Amino acid sequence: MRVSLFVPCFVDQLTPQVGLATAKVLKRLGHEVEFRSAQTCCGQPSFNSGQWDVAREAAIRALGVFRGAEVVVGPSGSCVAMMRQFYPELLKGTPHAAEADDLAARTFEFSEFLVKKLGVTDVGAKFAKKVTYHDGCHALRELRLKEEPRQLLRAVKGLELIESEEGETCCGFGGLFSAKFPMISTAMVQVKGGALARTGADYVVSSDPSCLLQIGGWLSREGKPILPLHIAEVLANDA
Amino acid sequence: MSDSKAIFLKDATVNAADGDQRAFIRKALGGYYVNRDLQKARYRDWERARDAASLAKWSAVNDLANVLEKFVTNFERNGGVVHWARDAAEARAIILKIAEDNKAKAIVKSKCMTSEEIHLNDALEKAGYGVVESDLGEFIQQLRGEAPYHFVFPCMHVKREAISELFTKHLGTAPTDSPEELTMIARRHLRQLYVDADIGITGANFLVAETGQISITENEGNARLTAALPRIHIALSGIEKVVNHLDDLSVLLPMLATAGAGQPMTCYNTLYSGPRKKGECDGPEQFHIVLLDNARTRLLADPEQRDALHCIRCGACLNVCPIFKNIGGLAYGTTYQGPIGSVITPHLRGLKQWNHLSGASSLCGACTDACPVRIDLHHHLLHNRRNAAKESPTLFDQVFHHGFNFVIKRPWLFATGGRIFRATLPLLQKLPLPYMGAWMKTRDLPKAPAQSFRDQWKNQNV
Repeated sequence: MRVSLFVPCFVDQLTPQVGLATAKVLKRLGHEVEFRSAQTCCGQPSFNSGQWDVAREAAIRALGVFRGAEVVVGPSGSCVAMMRQFYPELLKGTPHAAEADDLAARTFEFSEFLVKKLGVTDVGAKFAKKVTYHDGCHALRELRLKEEPRQLLRAVKGLELIESEEGETCCGFGGLFSAKFPMISTAMVQVKGGALARTGADYVVSSDPSCLLQIGGWLSREGKPILPLHIAEVLANDA
Repeated sequence: MSDSKAIFLKDATVNAADGDQRAFIRKALGGYYVNRDLQKARYRDWERARDAASLAKWSAVNDLANVLEKFVTNFERNGGVVHWARDAAEARAIILKIAEDNKAKAIVKSKCMTSEEIHLNDALEKAGYGVVESDLGEFIQQLRGEAPYHFVFPCMHVKREAISELFTKHLGTAPTDSPEELTMIARRHLRQLYVDADIGITGANFLVAETGQISITENEGNARLTAALPRIHIALSGIEKVVNHLDDLSVLLPMLATAGAGQPMTCYNTLYSGPRKKGECDGPEQFHIVLLDNARTRLLADPEQRDALHCIRCGACLNVCPIFKNIGGLAYGTTYQGPIGSVITPHLRGLKQWNHLSGASSLCGACTDACPVRIDLHHHLLHNRRNAAKESPTLFDQVFHHGFNFVIKRPWLFATGGRIFRATLPLLQKLPLPYMGAWMKTRDLPKAPAQSFRDQWKNQNV
C-alpha cells in the first residue's frame, strides 16, 4: 500500500523522531511511504478556539494536500480525529463536503491503521521495558480506539504492559486549553501524571504526541523517573 | 472580560491548587464509579438503554408544544392548577401570589434545582416567609448560606466534622461524627416543620403527559412529606421535563439512578396525581404546577444543541468530569455545574458572559460517554465556542488565529518560522509570552531538535 504520512505540525518541529518512527514501521511492513511537504497544520487550534472560518481554510488546504493519496496515516489520535470527524462537520453544506467525507474514509490513526486496516498486531518490535499506556481522549472517544494500541504493545518482545489508575482520565492538555486555563490543566496532569508515575513503569506510551507533550512536560518538571514515548517509537525498535 | 469570567478564573485558580479538597472530592466519587459499573452491568445492553432513554426525551422535546398541552389538560383534569412562567421573575411572582392568597407563613421545600435557578428562597424570605430545605444536603447548604456544590449531591464537598459543627452552631446539638446521628439530628429538626408548613414546594423529575402526573425521585422520603403534609403543594418545573408516556419512566427512572448515583433505583419514586380528592384522607388541598421557560425555548430553537433539553439532571457528567473534580462545583457560579451547566448556561444567561465555561474544557468527552440520554455535551462546548467567536470576537484571538493561518498556508514560511522557533526556544521559554509563559510555569518543553521532520525526511529521501 502507498501510505501518505500525516505528520502533526508540532511533531514536525518538536518531536520529529515520532514521524520517522512511524515511517520506519510502515516501511518494515513492506509499504511505500510518502511525505507531502505541502502539509502544515490541520487547523485544530483554530477549530477548538471557535475560529471555524479559519479552520475551514486549513481543512480545504489539507483536502488539496492529500488529494489522490491512497491512505493517509497520522501518528496522533487528535489530529486524525480533526481530519476524520471534524473536517466533515466543518465542510458540511459546502462544495467540499464530498471530498471531506472521502478523505475521512481514507484517513487512519497509526495504531488503528496497523490493527484494523492491515490486520497486523506483531510488527516485529523488541522493547524490554516496563511501559504503561495513556489513552488520548480523541483516540479513545472520537475514534473509539482502546484495544488496538494495547494489542500492538502486547506483541512487542520483552515489553511488560502495566495499566494505571485513572486509565481513561484526560491528561489535561486540550491544545490551547493547557495555556488558557493553565491552573486547571496542571491540576489534571497532576492527577494523571501521578497515576502514571505510580505504576513504576519506565515509559508512558501513547498514540498521541500532544498528550505526551503535556504528560512528559510535567513529569520532567517534577523529576519523576518515567519517560514519555510514542507508540511508533516503541514499535520501530527492533534491535 | 465578563465579571462571571473573572470570578471563575479566581475561584478555579484557588480550588485547583487545593490538593486536599481535590483529593476529598475524588474520594467522595470513588465509590460512585464502582457502583455505577456494577449497576450498568445489570442492564442487558446499556447502550441500547441509552438509545431508548434518549428517544423518549427526544420525542417529547421535539414535539414540546403538543406534549405540554396534553400534560396540562390531564393535570387540570386531575384537579391541579397550571401556571406558566416565561422567566424567573414571573415564576417567583406566581409562587408569592399563591402564598399570599392562602395567607401562608411557613414553607418547606424538597430538592429543586429549578428553584435555585429562579432564586426562589431569597424572594420568599424577603417577602417574610420562613423557608426550610428538607433535603439533607440542601438543608446543610442552606445553613451554610452557600449554593449547591453539585446539583445532585449539594454538600458533597463538606466534611463530616464541618456538618457536625454547623448543626451545633445552628441547632444546638452535641458534636458527633456519626453520619447516622447527623441524619437523625436533621430529621428530628425537620419533622415538626413539615407539620407546621402551609406550603410544600417540590421540583419534578418528569411530567407525564398521558396521565397528567408528576414524577419525583428521592432517597430520603422528604419530598413525599413535603408534597403530602402541607395543605398546598407547588411543583416548579422546567417545561422540558415532560415525557409522553408513563411507560417512558420504565427506562428513565432506573437510568437516572444508575447514571447519576450508581443506584439500581432511587429509594423513593413517587407519582403525584393531583390534590386530595373527595373521600381521600390525606394529600394537599391545592396542587399547583409552575411551568418555567426561562430561556429554554431559546435552546429549543437551536436545532444543533436542542438535545441539551433531554437532560434529566442525573449529574453523571459532573461525576466523570476532570474539570469539575479539580475546580469544584462552586467555581462555576451557575445553577447547573459541570459539562451540562457549561453547555446550557450560555443559552439561559447569555453567551458573552458565560462562554468561558465552554472554553474551560479539554474536550475529553467523558461527559458525553456518561450521559444516559446521549447529549452531545463536549461537542456542544465547541459549538458554544464557535458561536461566541462569531458573536463577540476578541482582538487577541482574531490576530492570533489569522496570523497562525497566514503561516500554515505557506509551507515555506511554516518551515522557516519553525526553524526560528526551534533556534530561539531556549530564549522564548524564559519570556513572559502569552500561552507559552503559562505553559512553562508548571511544565517543561522537549529540547528542540536541530532538524525538523520535514528537513530530516528530505535528507533521507533525496
